[in-house]
Amino acid sequence: MSVPEQKMDSEFEPKIVGIFCNWCSYTGADLAGTSRIQYPPNIRIVRVMCTGSVDPMYLVRPLLEGADGVLVSGCHPGDCHYGTGNYKARRKIAMVKEVLKQFGIEEDRLWFRFISASEGNKIGETVSDMVKKLKELGPNPLAKKWQT
Amino acid sequence: MSEKNVLTGAVMVVGGGISGMQSALDLAEAGYKVYLVEQKPAIGGTMAMLDKTFPTNDCAMCTMSPKLVDVGRHLNVDIITNAEVLGVEGEPGNFKARVLKRARYVDEDKCIACGRCAEECPVKVPSEFDGGLGTRKAIYKMYAQATPNAYAIDKTKCLKFKNPKACGKCLKVCEANAINHNMEDEELELEVGSIILSPGFEPIDPTPYGEYGWGIYDNVITSVQFERMLAASGPYQGHVVRPSDHKEPKKIAFIQCVGSRDVHRGKSYCSAVCCMYATKEAIIAKEHVNGLEATIFYMDVRAYGKDFEKYYDRARQQYGVRYVRSMISSVKELQQSKNLLIRYLTPEGEYKEEEFDLLVLSVGLKPSSTAKKLAEAVGVELDEDGFCRCDEFNPCSTTKPGIFAGGAFVAPKDIPETVGDASSAAAQAARVLAEARGTLAQVKEYPPEKDVSGEEPRVGAFICNCGINIGSVVNVPDVVEYAKEIPGVVHAEEFLFTCSQDNIDRIKQRIKEHNLNRVVVASCTPRTHAPLFMASIREAGLNPYLYEQANIREHASWVHQDNPEAATEKAKDLVRMAVEKVKLAKPVHTSTFEINRKALVIGGGPSGMTAALNLAGQGFSVYLVEKEPQLGGNARLLKHTIDGSNPQKLVENLSGQVNEHPLVEVLTGTEIIEVSGYLGNYKTTVKTESETKVLEHGVVIVASGAEEAKPNEYLYGEHDGVLTQRELEARLEDGMLDGVKNVVMIQCVGSRQEGRPYCSRICCTHAIKNALTIKKKNPDVNVFILYRDIRTYGMKEKYYRQARERGVIFIRYELEEKPEVNAVGDTLEVKVNDPVLNRQLVLDADLLVLSTGIVPRKDSEKLSRMYKLPLNADGFYNEAHMKLRPVDFAADGLYLCGLAHSPKLINESLAQANASAIRAVTLLAKDRLESLGIVATVNEKWCKGCGLCVNICPYGARVIDENRNVAVVREVLCQGCGACVAACPSNASQQNGFEKQQILTMIDAAIS
Repeated sequence: MSVPEQKMDSEFEPKIVGIFCNWCSYTGADLAGTSRIQYPPNIRIVRVMCTGSVDPMYLVRPLLEGADGVLVSGCHPGDCHYGTGNYKARRKIAMVKEVLKQFGIEEDRLWFRFISASEGNKIGETVSDMVKKLKELGPNPLAKKWQT
Repeated sequence: MSEKNVLTGAVMVVGGGISGMQSALDLAEAGYKVYLVEQKPAIGGTMAMLDKTFPTNDCAMCTMSPKLVDVGRHLNVDIITNAEVLGVEGEPGNFKARVLKRARYVDEDKCIACGRCAEECPVKVPSEFDGGLGTRKAIYKMYAQATPNAYAIDKTKCLKFKNPKACGKCLKVCEANAINHNMEDEELELEVGSIILSPGFEPIDPTPYGEYGWGIYDNVITSVQFERMLAASGPYQGHVVRPSDHKEPKKIAFIQCVGSRDVHRGKSYCSAVCCMYATKEAIIAKEHVNGLEATIFYMDVRAYGKDFEKYYDRARQQYGVRYVRSMISSVKELQQSKNLLIRYLTPEGEYKEEEFDLLVLSVGLKPSSTAKKLAEAVGVELDEDGFCRCDEFNPCSTTKPGIFAGGAFVAPKDIPETVGDASSAAAQAARVLAEARGTLAQVKEYPPEKDVSGEEPRVGAFICNCGINIGSVVNVPDVVEYAKEIPGVVHAEEFLFTCSQDNIDRIKQRIKEHNLNRVVVASCTPRTHAPLFMASIREAGLNPYLYEQANIREHASWVHQDNPEAATEKAKDLVRMAVEKVKLAKPVHTSTFEINRKALVIGGGPSGMTAALNLAGQGFSVYLVEKEPQLGGNARLLKHTIDGSNPQKLVENLSGQVNEHPLVEVLTGTEIIEVSGYLGNYKTTVKTESETKVLEHGVVIVASGAEEAKPNEYLYGEHDGVLTQRELEARLEDGMLDGVKNVVMIQCVGSRQEGRPYCSRICCTHAIKNALTIKKKNPDVNVFILYRDIRTYGMKEKYYRQARERGVIFIRYELEEKPEVNAVGDTLEVKVNDPVLNRQLVLDADLLVLSTGIVPRKDSEKLSRMYKLPLNADGFYNEAHMKLRPVDFAADGLYLCGLAHSPKLINESLAQANASAIRAVTLLAKDRLESLGIVATVNEKWCKGCGLCVNICPYGARVIDENRNVAVVREVLCQGCGACVAACPSNASQQNGFEKQQILTMIDAAIS
């Protein structure tokens, strides 16, 4: 990701990988666009059909490779296009957070949110909040190690 | 065959709300050409305006938008917007419809829905879509997901139409040259075999109800306006605020029955949906505003549908919504605070006053303002309330043969009933046109596919400016140069509009020139445009899955308008991610397979027989299995309906027809004992007294019914004077009322309480029907109905009124204070606390009649296990989606209807039966069934046969091959969710188009 990155923490721009489900959150991110909701350009969204298909590797690998945060977003409880994929993701993410702690990665680098197709504003708010939070946390410690 | 007998295999559907959309999709999938005629510039109807839907609080747009896309894209659905039917001539099978298509002044094919025109347009008008809470421009798109996705000009508001020399700002900014103020109205003549009318409804205007202050006081709004206020995409972005000062309310009130159940000023009927939508709005509002108090002022809470009572319980118990039974006397605005002082009369006869800071009026439903004109143009009759007159036992059929009606055009109803009726109307039309099925439906033809296996990836990247939508923020030439440098990209190019026909042709040309074997388009969202580009590269001989789309408009230029540099960098990243992904793409070939075209219908009541006859009428063979020795089910025991039809005759008529129909094999006295196979190829073993045999079939319709509950209280079975409503009905038929002076009926016996928490929907109507019969036979007999809420929803309200007019006495009781029944010799004594008089009444009863409700069949669990059909907590079968798939099971090829779904009246069961038949035909009509492209796959070398994927699959699409001990995918059942991919511990599972390596490569590309 070619977001400008500087040494000073105040200028630090976190890199976020987004993994969004096709039916709700990806559609919500499209709506954010149609509604011209402005949010920080720090996220790159990968579309999957359902958050239920998210493999733990999708969460661990970017954080090991230097992303500062991962945002997984799916349908609201009860709204999953496939029934319960979002619940499966929620369980998996709870587990991955435990694993991440073992690597010394703050669990706040991995977010799971329910965002519907009609919540374009929530996409904007969530990305803004996450950027803010990650700026507080500073760069991913693993990324730093590899860069020095 | 003479020319006159050749049927036209096309149907005109009038009205593009959820009802018309469903009818159109069912018919198009079943092999008919459909013209979907919509009066507004976009389809979607009322459902598109809703924030959430009851009783699941599903987001309305989330569930609806895939259907919008399906309708918009279907090869055999022509959407005709801004249109009105002028007249219809001809006969069933061959109608000619004249349709006026008003000019849109924007070319739908050219418009890219960028919205620049609306930004420039100086004319602001209140938005109808937002209930007037927000504004739109004179050139506008109705809502974000509107289909067709194009702007339209409101001629009455546009300055240029008032003065041709004026304005024209939109023309200047439209890069696509889509706007044309000189466009003219057109008159079309459509040749169709059948017509479905679904113009929907309108909310009742609350203006005549001056006492509620709508239009006078700022903080009084309608439920429709409140719905838009709650919507995240609405004018207030989902913030609940008072219109007067934009402050969050603390106390909000709902007034029910505004315009409904009102003989004098409004509509005499009940609008059927307001109790539940108010409950929903109250719950959602409480979720939006912390600590909000919500109060609903009502007459009866009509939570009569499937899972509604539970929702009502949750609203009270979990969310603390307060329900106050009352009559509203006045609403006054307080000058300083703009709060509202509501004065109301309690059932105990006391006047009370309470202050609220926002008031929502639950306005009822009335026929659409175009209904009358439409009915006249088409030649169908309306009833005295202005709804379409339909035959009770031939649902959806209007007074004119070959023309059917769906949705709220027939009566006020909720979404699931609307969707069910829409399918039912489609089923009726399809039955008329069975011979012509497939004659006008088009099938797309493609050239042979090029084999690219073994080739190095040669990617072509096409970067779109989208006029200035992308190009004004993202530096497109820069992105093109960047793309050229990505390994694997052999050609990169920018386009003004990639989706325009000339550029699509150019992409095909480049594929040939540069021998491309992969394509990336960087433009808008793949959700709407990937199918177009995939089809285009397929036309150039490439497998459509060798394609990837980078969304640099919705996810870059539009959301980072003030940061062109970062937006450009992001666009480059998105292009690189797409290129890396597409390099790993493999051709995907959907599998097709033969299916057995026979259907199995389980249950020989009116539902099962109707479903069987519709299928047979459409040319499909049916096994109709009934476990009793004779057909007819519960209807055999009913003497007449409240509307006066005769269920006995219905049973006689239907059983005569199924017995005679050459395509229906009736198996009575037959039980299902074993099931194997799956969609398309079931083997069901059945047993009669004398033999066991195996039925082979492709689909299953469950119409297995339900039972009358038997009470275990109020001396039932102990005293001769105590009977159920159904027993009373039989007795009334036999005329045995001699010596009976007092009849007491108790409602909700065993229902709406612990043990059986749901409402059985029909008992209030059933009790009133019997009460009216008694009064007709002998007006001197006293009839008392002890009730909790009278739930004569919709058009049944008139019978409630009739009963009161004829002297039936209604006494309300609370669950905590149930009536007490004692035997006094041959008669009975019923004690009940009357809340109006506030004292105990003692009623002498010669007959005590118990309204006992409906319970699921005891054997439904067995059937549920055999076919893997889900049951809900109450023991009724669970449909795939409460709102939009009311008669489908989640797994394809399995359908349900009638009482097996939930308690309902006969005509409602019949509509569902027809609906289940057309849903089945959407599968049976296909030559071969085709799987989705994005299905799961198994690498058998790595599979250990652990079965985790089998357990996690919600569709039964995974099985273990016992011989080889590996998992296999039944591709036709797989819906492509990918849950099995994540579950597989051996990395043996993959999903086409979303292989793990592809996703990981994208992630790597994103952070490198």
